[in-house]
Amino acid sequence: MKELLILSGKGGTGKTTIAGAFIKLAQAQAFADCDVDAPNLHLSMELKDEAKVKDFYGMDKAYINQDKCISCGICKENCKFEAINYDGDKNKYTINPYGCEGCSVCQFLCPEDAISMEKDVAGQLILYDKEQIFSTAKLKMGSGNSGLLVSEVKKQVKSTNRGIEFSIIDGSPGIGCPVIASITGVDMILLVAEPTISGISDLMRIIDTANHFKVPMVLTINKYDINEDLSKKIEAICREKEIDFVGKIPYDKKAVEAVNKRLTVVDIDCQAGKSIKKVFDKTMNLFLKNKENE
Amino acid sequence: MGIKGKKIAVLSGKGGTGKTLVSVNLAALMSESNYVDCDIEEPNGYLFLKPKNIKTEKVTREVPLVNHDKCTGYKKCVEFCKFNALAYTSKLIVFENICHFCGGCMLVCPEGALSTKEREIGRIEIGKSSGVNTYTGFLKISEPSGTPIIEKLLDKVSTSPLTSIIDAPPGSACTTMDSIKNADYCILVAEPTVFGAHNLEMAYDLVELFEKPFGVVLNKTLDGENPSKDLCVEKDMKILLEIPFDEELGRLNSKGHILVNESKKYKEMFGILLHKITKEVGR
Amino acid sequence: MIIAIPVEKDSKESLVSEHFGRSNYFLIYNTDAKEYRFVKNSAAKSSGGAGIKAAQIVVDENTEVLVSPQLGQNAADVIKEAKIKIYKAQVGTIKENLQALEEEKLNLLSEVHEGYHGN
Repeated sequence: MKELLILSGKGGTGKTTIAGAFIKLAQAQAFADCDVDAPNLHLSMELKDEAKVKDFYGMDKAYINQDKCISCGICKENCKFEAINYDGDKNKYTINPYGCEGCSVCQFLCPEDAISMEKDVAGQLILYDKEQIFSTAKLKMGSGNSGLLVSEVKKQVKSTNRGIEFSIIDGSPGIGCPVIASITGVDMILLVAEPTISGISDLMRIIDTANHFKVPMVLTINKYDINEDLSKKIEAICREKEIDFVGKIPYDKKAVEAVNKRLTVVDIDCQAGKSIKKVFDKTMNLFLKNKENE
Repeated sequence: MGIKGKKIAVLSGKGGTGKTLVSVNLAALMSESNYVDCDIEEPNGYLFLKPKNIKTEKVTREVPLVNHDKCTGYKKCVEFCKFNALAYTSKLIVFENICHFCGGCMLVCPEGALSTKEREIGRIEIGKSSGVNTYTGFLKISEPSGTPIIEKLLDKVSTSPLTSIIDAPPGSACTTMDSIKNADYCILVAEPTVFGAHNLEMAYDLVELFEKPFGVVLNKTLDGENPSKDLCVEKDMKILLEIPFDEELGRLNSKGHILVNESKKYKEMFGILLHKITKEVGR
Repeated sequence: MIIAIPVEKDSKESLVSEHFGRSNYFLIYNTDAKEYRFVKNSAAKSSGGAGIKAAQIVVDENTEVLVSPQLGQNAADVIKEAKIKIYKAQVGTIKENLQALEEEKLNLLSEVHEGYHGN
């Protein structure tokens, strides 16, 4: 199955709105939300069937058995993550689950074998697979392991094995671990850029990150009319970086209305919707052509 | 009591809500303040504040260094490493970008073949923009995690007598937690969409977990429904300010201008916000 | 010669796995003794660095040739350091791939994708 990943670097550029519209236009049989930290795609999708939810386990976490603990403090001294709290009044050591990274150094050093490494639910993996396949997840607050969860979200789609031609993936913001996991293995990236100086700064960082993986990229500018000069600058960046420019989308208050009605922008009659349709045609053309060359 | 010396964290469940807008304008409004950009994956505040006299400090993290002469291939470290950051073929290989530096490998090595070295994972830039001291963290490209950068940034202002505005990374992952851990007050910024409301709820859960006093700024509000506002009412969250959607604001912001320096209207608007926060923090 | 292949099930009829680091098993085949066995891939459920750990398993089996559909950068670093030859697997069964290898129809795996990140 081919994967089209929608990325933006900066948050709030309209990545999920565009992903929702693309899924609708493509009548996509499979799609996923890799923004596991703040998933939103499900809010604009009509999901009739029941979701299959399963726990996602991250790294094991340390647990101190208070009956065995002699309060020697060796664990705290050696924890590089400052994840062990000491209550002086009670002379008691406990693990801060938000700090513990599961390295097991404390378990190794504890002279009384009072520390065990226990399984830890770091989030939920969610899969709808009746008609369309929709894979998403929710990371627990303050959890690490977001990269692995992203990979699991993508794996859920692939493992359904229904001979579906392609999937559309809403990526995560930033340039860190979850983004790298989102990019790994995809066939094309659609970048959603915003013509603001922040947007351009973030765009350059995401381009550098994606270049690392040698995945072909195409780019669209959303809300291009908030600053047409900067929009031109982004088009120039595309030429310089040899990224195919697939069109621009105007700012449209109706997009907000659509989102709040839990519709996609292409479900209502609006300028943004019409522009997205053109962007979609160009993108899919390149995406599917790209496929034939394989 | 006042706002001096306090740490005010600005956060939002999702990106692009106007977190940086609120942060830089609050910082610029005060005669003297610190602006700390903890959104190290995508730092943007400096683009608005345009600080001068930049001093750059590298941020490094310890990683294991192998003395191949001493390593005899026991592979104790490989077995121990929960992050799978080590492999042994004919020699020990360390994957520095996977290592969390727990120090476990050094503890278990019977030959004392492992010591530490520093690996660069990013930088912080310290500068000055009128009365604002700026502290910006940058995560190096393709480096997975930058918690030490955030720690270093917060360290810089921990004892500052000035008010520090902390621009937190979006989301509710560990880096966001690190950024707000020591904050005296939190400002949650939200958009008027169902996406915005969904993410505001996440930010709300986070500040509740840390038992931080907080208030909400509703940004880009339009006539018509505002799911974020509804959520504020439902959860009894204090609304500090509503910033109506404004094309003029969009333009000024897109060019990297600071609103309170350009527009009387916004100077007044953020003045009211600052006043409210000062009162809230003083409680 | 010892050949390793990431596979989905611990049976001779199994398909070759799409992934290296997160395959369920490795087939270890000794061509001289014509003996084979399956080693469970304990790296499959790792939070991170699965490719590295899987590569370590393959190295520890004294593998000389690895047949895999893909390989992450980190795993490739380990495999190459151990001077193991890497051939690109075809979609299909173990048998088909072993036969293709014997008939010299498999190519050396040239492309290596960037590291897999699980935190």
